[in-house]
Amino acid sequence: MTSPENNWALALLQRELRLAVRIGGGALVGVLFFLAVVTVIPFGVGPDLNLLARIGPAILWIGALLATLLGLDRLFQADRDDGTLDLMLMAGRPLELVVLIKCLAHWLATGLPLVLAAPILGIFLNLEPLAMGAVTATLLAGTPALTLIGAVGAALTVSLRRGGLLLAVLVVPLTIPVLIFGVSAANAALVVGTPFKVPFVVLCALSLISGVVGPVAAAMALRFSAD
Amino acid sequence: MALLDYANPTRFLRLSQRILPWLTGACVIAFAVGLYMSLFVAPEDYQQGQTVKIMYIHVPAAWLCMMTYSIMALSSLGTLVWKHPLADVSAKAAAPIGAAFTLIALITGSLWGRPMWGTYWEWDARMTSVLVLLLMYLGLIALWRTMEDPIKAGKAAAILTLVGALNLPIIKFSVDWWYTLHQPASVMRMDGPTIHPALLTPLLIMALASTLLFFVLHLQAMQNEIMRRRVRALRLRAASSTRPARMTATSTAAE
Amino acid sequence: MFTGLSFALPAAHGLVVTGPNGIGKSSLLRTLAGLVPPSQGQLSLEGAEPEKTVAEHAHYFGHQSAVKPALTTLENLVFWQDFLSPALPAGFTPQAQSPSAILELLGLEHTSSLPAAYLSAGQTRRLALARLFVCPRPIWLMDEPTSALDTASEALLLQLMQAHLDNGGMIVTATHTPLTMSPCLTLQLADEEESPA
Repeated sequence: MTSPENNWALALLQRELRLAVRIGGGALVGVLFFLAVVTVIPFGVGPDLNLLARIGPAILWIGALLATLLGLDRLFQADRDDGTLDLMLMAGRPLELVVLIKCLAHWLATGLPLVLAAPILGIFLNLEPLAMGAVTATLLAGTPALTLIGAVGAALTVSLRRGGLLLAVLVVPLTIPVLIFGVSAANAALVVGTPFKVPFVVLCALSLISGVVGPVAAAMALRFSAD
Repeated sequence: MALLDYANPTRFLRLSQRILPWLTGACVIAFAVGLYMSLFVAPEDYQQGQTVKIMYIHVPAAWLCMMTYSIMALSSLGTLVWKHPLADVSAKAAAPIGAAFTLIALITGSLWGRPMWGTYWEWDARMTSVLVLLLMYLGLIALWRTMEDPIKAGKAAAILTLVGALNLPIIKFSVDWWYTLHQPASVMRMDGPTIHPALLTPLLIMALASTLLFFVLHLQAMQNEIMRRRVRALRLRAASSTRPARMTATSTAAE
Repeated sequence: MFTGLSFALPAAHGLVVTGPNGIGKSSLLRTLAGLVPPSQGQLSLEGAEPEKTVAEHAHYFGHQSAVKPALTTLENLVFWQDFLSPALPAGFTPQAQSPSAILELLGLEHTSSLPAAYLSAGQTRRLALARLFVCPRPIWLMDEPTSALDTASEALLLQLMQAHLDNGGMIVTATHTPLTMSPCLTLQLADEEESPA
């Protein structure tokens, strides 16, 4: 056995990843939803490839936002339903770190596949290779922020039977900055003369801030949620 | 009646094991002939050049992704109406194969479209319909994957498959309508109604080969699924074969 | 929920909480587990490890099993062994149990590599119980510990609870069925009156 002080974190990460990929885990349903959103939008705006290429980064970002939010409702609820959450509260481990690790595992299982799928979906939207790269890079930097902010909503709605929709309503306003800087950094590849670096750095900063604020707030909400 | 005779999974396994080698052989021969004819014998298109040869993969794949869905719809009827025990095995086994053929149709379609459209993807009515079909396949596979109990999952998936089957023509119609609404000035049709006979024969052989490939994969996947269910049943039995908690065990402090 | 409730439990003693339905036996256990903050009053453990709350010295064995059906029996148990931090205050001397040993003791070793989804209700309950042995903690808070267990498992459970007391542990249990542990105190919860133990 390795040093027991760090062992618990690895054990938690491993368990969360296992649960995500095993039956009923639904790790790839998010990607499927992402694909569905990207498929549906041209039916609304028409098949004009020039138009799609122009709004492509925005479509991909909104698709990733929705896919992340809809996948988050089970983040803590599954653990609450079977009593695991009670034991986690009593585990003697910092709850903020527990939340952070759960978010990391959730992002690896659902967020990272979205990032990897983005270039392929970019083909449907007639994105240039440069724009594809820009969107993928911004998603890689920005989706952790979405997961971490969403975790707060997931913790707040953990005790509700049908928390999924409320979660999205609560969290969408909080994710607006991520969306703004993500899309504007991605658009730099499309529109000549717009900066990439500034919005991208702000996006990274947003992810880092969420990495602190998200777990702290979610842990607080979870402590209150236990009846 | 014949179908009911093979309702017994053991008999089905025995029969399919006898058929599979022949089917595999026929499939290999058909592919050898088909690929040779399409790559070396069939003439190039005067307009499209060598690119036309993508057709020999694309068209059979497109045909098979439709056929697979029909087989799944029939199997779903079998699950829900006739309660045939192998029906949902058949449907479940067919879904990933169907998704694979759909993906092949999409990829070859976009490769074929590249020289004509100038992009890898055009929201062309046919391609879009196939993309929607892929979504339905993936949704069905996801549904199967979320439920632990294969019988329950089979019934749920059967309902979805049938609703999808009823919806497919409507989807096709609306996508066509949507496309003509936005019709760009001139897009070349991907496959005109007239196909030269010299192109047609290899195409038919390739279609036959792909259909054989489908049946080989389908039978094999059904066998695997039956085995998987047996393993599951055995493990369930293993779990329930309780040795009651040991009374004689000297617990921690009994010494 | 409670007013004027106060009790002290000496080391190596069990406490059986009884009372009619709805009187708050489960709430009392959840309060002791730190899951419900007491509106007034305090909770302390003498000789506790510093920087740890009372709850972090306790195992809570409630109605929910906290067993994940998608993981195997062994994966479920090993996770709790790694994840929970053990608490070993002075005077508490349990023997550490390896996960496979405790599964064997509880008659679950043949399910080690099977998904927990395949377990029956009683087996799931025993798997949940196994958690108490892979991570030593002195206080066991057990809400209806015998529910879903057959007679043989129930007898084994009592034997194990007795062993825990003999090792210097403490048990607080809410139950309807009579449990024989020694030494053991009883806390009778009743309306509007104080019941010192």
